[in-house]
Amino acid sequence: MTLFLSFARSLPLPGRIGLFLVCFWLLAALAGPLLAPYAVGAFVDYDVFSPMSGKFWLGSDYLGRDVLSRLLWGARYTVFLGLGAALLASVTGTSLALVAAVHKGWVDEVVSRTMDTLISIPSKVFALVMVAAFGSSLWLLLLIAAVTYVPGNFRIARAIALDLAAMDYVTFARAQGETPIRIALGEILPNMLHPLLADLGLRFVFIVLLLSGLSFLGLGVQPPHADLGSLVRENISGITEGAPAIIAPALAIATLTVGANLLIHALKKGKTA
Amino acid sequence: MAGAFPQFARKAPRGASVILHLVGRRAASALLTLLLVSIVVFTISGLLPGDAAQETLGQSATPAQVAALRHEMGLDRPGPVRYVQWLGGILRADPGQSLVANMPVRDIIAERLPNSLMLAGFTAVIAVPLALAMGIAAAVHRGGKVDRVLSLATLSMVAVPEFLVATLGVLVFSVKLLWLPSIALVSSEASLGDTIRSCALPVMTLTFVVVAQMARMTRAAMIAQLDAGYVEMAELKGVPFGRIVLWHVMPNAIGPIVNAAALSLSYLLGGAIIVETIFNFPGLASLMVNAVTSRDMPLLQSCAMIFCAAYLLLVLIADVVAILSNPRQRA
Amino acid sequence: MTLAAPETHQNVTRRGQITVSGLRIVVGPPDAERAIVEDVSFAIEPGRTLALIGESGSGKSTIALSLAGYARPGARIAGGTIEVGGERVDLMDGKALRGLRGRRVAYVAQSAAAAFNPSRTIMAQVIEPLLVHRLASRKEAMARARRIFASLSLPDPENIGERYPHQLSGGQLQRLMAAMALITGPELLIFDEPTTALDVTTQVEVLKAFKAAIAESGATAVYVCHDLPVVAQMADEVLVLQNGRTKEAGSLGTVFGTPADPYTRALLAAADHGGLTRLPRPEQECVPLLRIDGLSAGYGKIRDGRPEVPILEDVSLLCGRGEAVGVIGESGSGKSTLAKVVAGLVPLADGEVLLDGTPLPADLGGRSREQFRKVQLVFQHAETALNPVKTVGELLARPLALHHGIRGAAAQKRVAELLDLIQLPAATAARNIRALSGGQKQRVNLARALAAEPELLICDEVTSALDTIVGQAILELIDSLRRDLGIAVMFISHDISTVRTFCDRIMVLYGGRAVESATCAAFARGPHHPYTRLLLESVPQMDPAWLASSAARAAGTGLPLNREICRFEPRCVSAIRGRCNCEAPPLRQSQGHGQNHTWLCHHPVEALGAE
Repeated sequence: MTLFLSFARSLPLPGRIGLFLVCFWLLAALAGPLLAPYAVGAFVDYDVFSPMSGKFWLGSDYLGRDVLSRLLWGARYTVFLGLGAALLASVTGTSLALVAAVHKGWVDEVVSRTMDTLISIPSKVFALVMVAAFGSSLWLLLLIAAVTYVPGNFRIARAIALDLAAMDYVTFARAQGETPIRIALGEILPNMLHPLLADLGLRFVFIVLLLSGLSFLGLGVQPPHADLGSLVRENISGITEGAPAIIAPALAIATLTVGANLLIHALKKGKTA
Repeated sequence: MAGAFPQFARKAPRGASVILHLVGRRAASALLTLLLVSIVVFTISGLLPGDAAQETLGQSATPAQVAALRHEMGLDRPGPVRYVQWLGGILRADPGQSLVANMPVRDIIAERLPNSLMLAGFTAVIAVPLALAMGIAAAVHRGGKVDRVLSLATLSMVAVPEFLVATLGVLVFSVKLLWLPSIALVSSEASLGDTIRSCALPVMTLTFVVVAQMARMTRAAMIAQLDAGYVEMAELKGVPFGRIVLWHVMPNAIGPIVNAAALSLSYLLGGAIIVETIFNFPGLASLMVNAVTSRDMPLLQSCAMIFCAAYLLLVLIADVVAILSNPRQRA
Repeated sequence: MTLAAPETHQNVTRRGQITVSGLRIVVGPPDAERAIVEDVSFAIEPGRTLALIGESGSGKSTIALSLAGYARPGARIAGGTIEVGGERVDLMDGKALRGLRGRRVAYVAQSAAAAFNPSRTIMAQVIEPLLVHRLASRKEAMARARRIFASLSLPDPENIGERYPHQLSGGQLQRLMAAMALITGPELLIFDEPTTALDVTTQVEVLKAFKAAIAESGATAVYVCHDLPVVAQMADEVLVLQNGRTKEAGSLGTVFGTPADPYTRALLAAADHGGLTRLPRPEQECVPLLRIDGLSAGYGKIRDGRPEVPILEDVSLLCGRGEAVGVIGESGSGKSTLAKVVAGLVPLADGEVLLDGTPLPADLGGRSREQFRKVQLVFQHAETALNPVKTVGELLARPLALHHGIRGAAAQKRVAELLDLIQLPAATAARNIRALSGGQKQRVNLARALAAEPELLICDEVTSALDTIVGQAILELIDSLRRDLGIAVMFISHDISTVRTFCDRIMVLYGGRAVESATCAAFARGPHHPYTRLLLESVPQMDPAWLASSAARAAGTGLPLNREICRFEPRCVSAIRGRCNCEAPPLRQSQGHGQNHTWLCHHPVEALGAE
């Protein structure tokens, strides 16, 4: 805990704000269902789109359900789908990048060309095509989001890995007869971790935005599940009244992604300074 | 003097022909990528999903009916053959019949494409100068107040979802202030003023989304050059700062800046998907969303290919500008 | 008065007078600042040249830049006074500084490649100081630039200005940068290590051009340099710095002749190779360890024994057990490629590399564990040769496990022994590599190679990234290890004087060809290939009269397009027209001294002349 506090203190103000927001949403996602005042699907208000009140902190939605409870449940989907897909994308992209960097020649050619092709498809377009083809169950969404962001991670990881593979210490290891696997995992990968962690954060932000966007279009998380993007969509008619039911989930996504972005940036800066 | 300058004597083909060669190579590479993209798009949307004939007819259809439809739709032929036919259709600008609207895909797209181009054009005209101004201002005042404020602002803006911006825009300008329509009605009969008014919110939203990324990349490109040795040399020659930026830094930064602008504008393609849908804007992106909802594959494939082609075109333009602005490649 | 020609400047009497007193320059935020220059004072009389000397981190460049009122980002001038021509530079505001820089104080940087804007022509950049200070019209400025180009003996002075920086060689750019500094006729010229990035044979011409230009312009000059023989040629006065403080100051003759400070003495000793006392090796039978025969190698696909981009052609070399063989060459000579071919990192295209009589497989794939162990590499830059995420102990333990299967406590014991061998405390094993100094890192780099217990140690420019004194110690360490452990050393360097004192055999590479090779004794007797002669004559000496008397002269620049003919032909002053530029040079052998001296030249032995 003291370690965490001293880490927080070492960050500039925007970084601290980011850290707070990220921790807040992580906790909300973990403990949300325990904290939720009402059952997630319960119709508890006779009114719809009611404003904030002591009974319903964030008002009620288009069916008279408690927005706060639904938000806490929605955050779970958004945060965990995002984290899972970002991890999957990073691990896949980085593994491919290491293979490409160590086995230069045709392996690198084929993998790089494939990734160059995939990266030329705008991410939302790519995701839409996949959703159209395969549908959008939770597992599929996780996979689709991961696949969409593999090429970006691959490109960055490959650039770093190639830079490192040209370092003299890698040349030395090759001249010792070390195996490619040992070189990739023992010499190259440990030096990539910091930039890759920053990239993981960035992928998380992108994926949260992508999945929320898809849900907002009605193509992402399907009922009865609902992530934060779905909450915005289902309450879209409340916009004419400026209902908290639509503003709150939208703000929730924004605070999560902006917070993550501020935190990553502060960490990157600290490293280079 | 060639004797004293052996390295000048060996002149490679210079000038225009070199540039033409380089540009030609980039263009060829972009075309190859587009071809590969088409394979990916067709494989995912045309080959991998289940049986479209079965789906069209539903569970109650007899096997004979399904087989007949499969034959009619050409689904019984091998994948590569179907791909070639599909690609041929796209190249002839005749990608087939929309399954849902029951009219040629070409006609639907012809109706929607100009609207999307108009939206992208409006946004680019506002976003590019704004982003360049922000990026350059931040780089020039590096570490100062302007830079810090802009940095924080753009860092937050890139992570804000489009629909939050759009929703807040509607709430403020349409619901509270009643200045602008929340739904974009675009038609050929509408007057220019009406068109601009109805495009205002979508353009504002897209600009907001695009500007931040572009400004950040512009700043990074400028700073890379401001750190170069020749800038210190210019300072030590007594060159005023304004001249350093315009005369020394700009020619070197222009390639990376155009690249930044192109990459950010390509983000418009994705951003437009949400924005067009929210404002009911009759463009290509909302068309694509409809195609996904209704699983109208021919329409979806065409829209996807147009978006990919647009992306590759932007990147190609950036590459060409970078080639033209670099004397190493010019001479 | 802004249009006044520099000759009629109002402060005629004090023009070029430089006075610095109590100078203090700091880095870091105000609450945690650290001085990088502290209490430095000196004065230079008009027209004199002061050299600032010292090792890296001594603050010499920082002081030189402060004379233009400039501090690099992060640093600032925090105290003391700086007077140029009677005016206080330290008190000037931005506008006054702009008026000073490029007009009265001009700067020549270390790397011209970085200091020239790649997107603008040379002419536009050279005349810029005249234009921004409104001292001449564009036409006059260009005419003046061309005159200066000619006086700096640049080729084609009429048209060279139309070129872009990437089209010119390093030596030419360095002189063009001097032209840019000289063009306004400044009263103070600052040279910041202006020839450090150049090859030694290029350096001579540039130094001559600089010296003539300083004398002709009559300007006061500050010359920053770590290379003492070069300082001896350029300076009238010397200021010795260490860690931002003055160690010693005085006239060149006094400081170099009778140094008072121990630090100055150490610098001088290192510069003179005085510290190096190599025991004469008894002439003993050579037991061949490494034999290279007709080696060709390069990059890209190999077809018919020729790579796509050939680097080395027909190189042969012999290295006996426990011998030191020196490979000398300038940038582009292929000397590092040779090291990589022997280590298996660049595939052999043609010829043979024999270790202990057995041919080494052409690339890494075919080599046995023993072959990997026997040949060990020590790289130039220890920073990049040692993985920064590891501790010293981990780095040294890996070759023990890999080559000898030593692990655990035995490995720890051996690591301690290795550290002792390279004269570092055993506690170093626990430290991260990032926490070590440059010299310590290079020792660890060496220890890691020794851990494998090699038979051949390939040292690629192991001292050129280090300060002279530190480098000297590393050289002595390598030499003593070679004697004690009986390891053969292949010593790759651009510095002929170091190699000469160190090696039993010498090979001179030029443009990928071995132009001369000899045992050390035969090499000392001569005669030499014209390129070797140029190289020997180009090495600056401590004698201040050396530059004026140096016979080092090159005809042109670059490599010939025809790969068959002598690679040195375009630069050779004694090339025979009709022969050297048409036919491949024959391999000649010295008749008098047996078969231990060969060179690749059309000139017969007698014509090359003995020393």
